[in-house]
Amino acid sequence: MAKDLVVTLHDAVVLSSGFPLLSGVELEIEAQTLSVVTGANGAGKTSLLRLLAGLVSLSSGEGTVAGIDLVNGDLRQLRRRVGWLGHEGSFYNDLSVRENLVFAASALERPLDDIDAAAHRVGLGSRLETTTKALSAGQRRRLGLAWLLLRRAELWLLDEPYASLDDQGRVFFDALLADVVDAGASVVLSAHDPLRSATLHPREIVVRGGRVAGGAS
Amino acid sequence: MIRTAWLVAKKDLLIERRSRVLLWQVLPFGAMALLLSGLALGPAHAGTSSAGPGLFYLVMLFVALLMINRSYVIESTPGTRASVQTLGLDPAGVFLGKSLALCVELWLSGLVLLAGTVLVLHTGLHGALVALPSVLVTLAAMSAAGTLYGALTAGAQGAATLLPVLTLPAFAPLLVAGERSFSAALTHSGLWEWWLIVAVALVAYVGVGILLYGVLEES
Amino acid sequence: MIKQLSQRLLGPVTLLCLALTFWLGLWVTPPDRVQGNLVRLLYVHPAVAWVALYVSFGTATIASILYLWKRTRSFTMDRIAHCAMEVSVVFIVLTLITGSIWGRPTWGVWWAWDARLTSTAILGVLAVGYLALRRANDDSTLRARRSAVFAILSAINVPIIHFSVQWWKTLHQGATVFTSNRQLLVHGSMAWTLLLSFVGFTLLFFWLLRARYRLEVLRESTQQMMLDEALLLRQREGVM
Repeated sequence: MAKDLVVTLHDAVVLSSGFPLLSGVELEIEAQTLSVVTGANGAGKTSLLRLLAGLVSLSSGEGTVAGIDLVNGDLRQLRRRVGWLGHEGSFYNDLSVRENLVFAASALERPLDDIDAAAHRVGLGSRLETTTKALSAGQRRRLGLAWLLLRRAELWLLDEPYASLDDQGRVFFDALLADVVDAGASVVLSAHDPLRSATLHPREIVVRGGRVAGGAS
Repeated sequence: MIRTAWLVAKKDLLIERRSRVLLWQVLPFGAMALLLSGLALGPAHAGTSSAGPGLFYLVMLFVALLMINRSYVIESTPGTRASVQTLGLDPAGVFLGKSLALCVELWLSGLVLLAGTVLVLHTGLHGALVALPSVLVTLAAMSAAGTLYGALTAGAQGAATLLPVLTLPAFAPLLVAGERSFSAALTHSGLWEWWLIVAVALVAYVGVGILLYGVLEES
Repeated sequence: MIKQLSQRLLGPVTLLCLALTFWLGLWVTPPDRVQGNLVRLLYVHPAVAWVALYVSFGTATIASILYLWKRTRSFTMDRIAHCAMEVSVVFIVLTLITGSIWGRPTWGVWWAWDARLTSTAILGVLAVGYLALRRANDDSTLRARRSAVFAILSAINVPIIHFSVQWWKTLHQGATVFTSNRQLLVHGSMAWTLLLSFVGFTLLFFWLLRARYRLEVLRESTQQMMLDEALLLRQREGVM
């Protein structure tokens, strides 16, 4: 039986200042799978993830993400259903780890009791009162993950999540992603190179020149 | 909407309390601008001029521009904007929350600079106290207008320099109305039309903000 | 057929109306008892101000509202608003220049803190601000949305600014054409010339708007060609 599709893109073009970030993407991603988008710098990895998150609009072509039409659908609805982790981090620098998580949980109407569990899960249990700007790059990435854990999104979009993680962090991250997929969500992440994971076997989507150039299951 | 407004206002004010930008950067700037106003008037007029209310609002206008800019800078740190967008907050609530936080910040600055006007420019204390309600309402209208114009320029090229070009014309009637009602308070003559202008501006900006803020947030 | 004919006739009719206005205004109509030959500015300044404050700004505002309205949303509306605002800047500058020329002998100064003068100048800054806002946003959808909101905000601001400055201080002469009871203040050949100037300058606005709109469409089609080329180049990156 064919699985449900969480992403379908047909001839998707995204422009920015007259430059085609995406130049005609054809892509289908099945639900409850893990996919890794690879490609060189400027290939269009981040733009593809931003399109799937509803953060940029389609200039031409068509597509649906989590059942929402990218051309005529409500992009705000889409944004509420996806979890986004940019490679820069995703929080207010002057707030503490706890305050950032309280803000995210309150905005998403999630119980505040989940915060401690999420922080402990990503290894920031002892850093809850630390101001975010005092965190290291790796810890900020973990905070981003805690923010995502609170969301319980159906589609996780992670832009180069393995950057700034040590070996221990990578192992932890592999386990977390496996759990997320097992729990029924779909994950699309970007990376420069194919994933070197002992436990995960993602589908690879190679992006080149703003288009999907190939991929292996 | 109200829940989101409260959440956003609380977050903005908490960030302000942590960063102390208002206390250590904006208020000293306002105090210096007030002193420079006195110097610009010259020794003959600095302590005796009736220009106090006008200079107070001129300085408040600069302070407001800095604070509006600040209100959007905190949202535009790399990654924050995208992540907050994916929280799917109600745009009307975000507008009200940011306006409320900006209003509190401008009220605090207004109180300090009003005291400065009394002290440095020798504006009558009693008159300044009588003018206080009109000052607070004018600053509230400035906050609503500023939040809208801040959203218009957020993320645009040269946002910090574009903001004054777009905002100052909108602040012009508020400056006029604020200065006139302050002066009226000093001379104990009530001028209802100035209150009307400020009230109309406040209602118009809050109404338009609630209706159109979502349009500005979408990209 | 009628549309084509009216488009073809717009230019010649505009020129004819303006030529007639200048001929009547400069040679046929009499000088004023009080203002002398200065009164001839009556056939330029009010009509230019009418176009600047109401016709062009109004067109830009209505087009902006229609852009934001989901049922009528299209880049055509955005283009009309943009072009109308550009033409508006020209007319606002002309209003200020002709007003200053009239004000110098009447008030004795080039600039006075008059309600209409001040609010027109502020309106000019708003119109320039609109154009600056457009230049500061590269994304066409974001640019269209932001400019539409700004145009609407500016339209709301215009009466607030006007009344605030009017209550603040006013020197400007009262209504020029009608009294408050809607009775004509200008009569005979002067009235006809004045009316013709309003028609002529309004037609001039639409003529300029059409020309600017065509230019914008051309510019966008050139941009589209460049985009297609960029798209091909980008796709080739993937092949190499």
